[in-house]
Amino acid sequence: MSGDPTLERIARGNGLALCAAGSWTARFAPVLERMVADAEKLSGTRPNISIDVSQVSKLDTFGAWLIERLRRSLTHGGVEAQIAGLSANYSSLVDEVRRVKAEPIVDTDRLTISGMLEQIGRAVAGIGGTLIGLIDMLGAVLAAAAHVLIRPRHFRLTSTIHHLEQVCWRAVPIVVLITFLIGCIISQQGIFHFRKFGADIFVVDMLGVLVLREIGVLLVAIMVAGRSGSAYTAELGSMKMREEIDALRTMGFDPIEVLILPRMLALVLALPILAFLGAMAALYGGGLVAWLYGGVEPEAFLLRLRDAISIDHFVVGLIKAPVMAAVIGIVACVEGLSVQGSAESLGQHTTSSVVKGIFFVIVMDGVFAIFFASIGM
Amino acid sequence: MAGEISDAIIRVRDITVQFGKTRVLDGLNLDVKRGEILGFVGPSGAGKSVLTRTIIGLVPKLSGRIEVFGVDLDAASASERRGVERRWGILFQQGALFSSLTVRQNIQFPVREYLNVSQRLLDEIMVAKLGMVGLRPEVADRYPSELSGGMIKRVALARALALDPELVFLDEPTSGLDPIGAGDFDELVRTLQRTLGLTVFMVTHDLDSLYTACDRIAVLGNGKIIAAGSIADMQASQHPWLRQYFHGKRARAVMG
Repeated sequence: MSGDPTLERIARGNGLALCAAGSWTARFAPVLERMVADAEKLSGTRPNISIDVSQVSKLDTFGAWLIERLRRSLTHGGVEAQIAGLSANYSSLVDEVRRVKAEPIVDTDRLTISGMLEQIGRAVAGIGGTLIGLIDMLGAVLAAAAHVLIRPRHFRLTSTIHHLEQVCWRAVPIVVLITFLIGCIISQQGIFHFRKFGADIFVVDMLGVLVLREIGVLLVAIMVAGRSGSAYTAELGSMKMREEIDALRTMGFDPIEVLILPRMLALVLALPILAFLGAMAALYGGGLVAWLYGGVEPEAFLLRLRDAISIDHFVVGLIKAPVMAAVIGIVACVEGLSVQGSAESLGQHTTSSVVKGIFFVIVMDGVFAIFFASIGM
Repeated sequence: MAGEISDAIIRVRDITVQFGKTRVLDGLNLDVKRGEILGFVGPSGAGKSVLTRTIIGLVPKLSGRIEVFGVDLDAASASERRGVERRWGILFQQGALFSSLTVRQNIQFPVREYLNVSQRLLDEIMVAKLGMVGLRPEVADRYPSELSGGMIKRVALARALALDPELVFLDEPTSGLDPIGAGDFDELVRTLQRTLGLTVFMVTHDLDSLYTACDRIAVLGNGKIIAAGSIADMQASQHPWLRQYFHGKRARAVMG
């Protein structure tokens, strides 16, 4: 292999020859760039400057371009600098780089303050669009559901069962574990603080109401948004990226009916089941801690629980579950279908699916709280 | 290495690759000479891409030895391996452009990582590479999702060539290009091979490419190289698949 590249200046008559030698390749690009930048300053100092490349042992695109760049900057006052001693091997490469436009285009995509402000503005203005998109999807899903009700043969049972397994059956262990732990923690904290007033037993009231009305369903909904909402968005998004959804449409299938309805249905069925299991696990965990840590006997716990809560609390919790599931599903599907071609876009929409899903779940919970308070449940 | 081609740039010995119970490559031997364009053909599913990916190191092999640039890739240290990787370029079948980067960033990515050069040179080299693959500088700020299939192939080639590698792997480079584009592409590969002393390992189905661009052809079948040689050798071969491939309707059309 050849040695380091050099660029010597040799006087020839009243002119100057720049003799390039060595290996003018990508490996030496930083050195070459500096040498060429130095030599470019010679432009106009002599009437006649030529570049001699006969000693160049190895040339690639980087070297060829830098020689071409040098030739262009040495071209002065209408006199073109010449490249001499070019071997036949490299002439086509030099011809190739000679066609490169002198002025490289400028990157316009710079981050500026005004650009950032513009982005914020667009995001705010986009909120309305987001809401319309969600309502749009809700309408489309309901229309597809009506269509399936009229023609039950179009219903995709296998797909629904498959998604039910994914979002419900496989979620049971983690949901039960987390709600169990939360039940334990609520109970322990309750006993710890209530004990100061000698009101240990009221921890059962708190646990019962909190778990059945709020925590059970809210916590499970948040977990489902993170677990299944993100999966839906990623699945639909990558199908969109690979034109699978377009393919489905051109074959005369409605993507809403084929892809989204089974997913929505699975989610709407799964969340009440998970919320119920979660509530039971939390009560069990709470009861266990109340017994072991607070000394509340299981019989006393159950007796107190029967007095403290009514069926209303339980019903309130379960009514919320399918609605929250629908919100999570709609958000996930809208986000999935708005994925553009890039991996980055898929990541953005999956993130925003989970963020928006959780946000809407909490908003819905607030709306329900007001509603149930006003009807006295 | 007595009795072997001394200037082999890729030397593959007794490679065996197995997926589950299916043996895809079975004791395969192959040499690629420095400076040649090797066309690699074979029936669909014969393992052409698997061999390419095995050489590159993306598919683990059961046994055998692979040397690239005289470096045994199994014995090489991490830095030796990086040195080898810097000297090869790979054009994947689907282009494998980074979808969240623009064309400009895609082409500049390997250069920026390996060489400490100015943004100006990066831009100029990027424009030169785009020109080499027959694209206008205007596409530089587009994202891969905004390009046509043929353009993706070209940008991916420009990226593979970004560091002026000595060896390029092309996985079905002309599939998805129109005949004129494919012809230009073959011409381009020839030009680059001549000017840069490039060695090209090309998996292809395109008979035109085999006739116009390739110096030597290797044929894969039953996990082994069943034939290797010039196009004339291939035509003279009595192997049934080769006869069908080189004397079929399409082959006659190409030979005119």
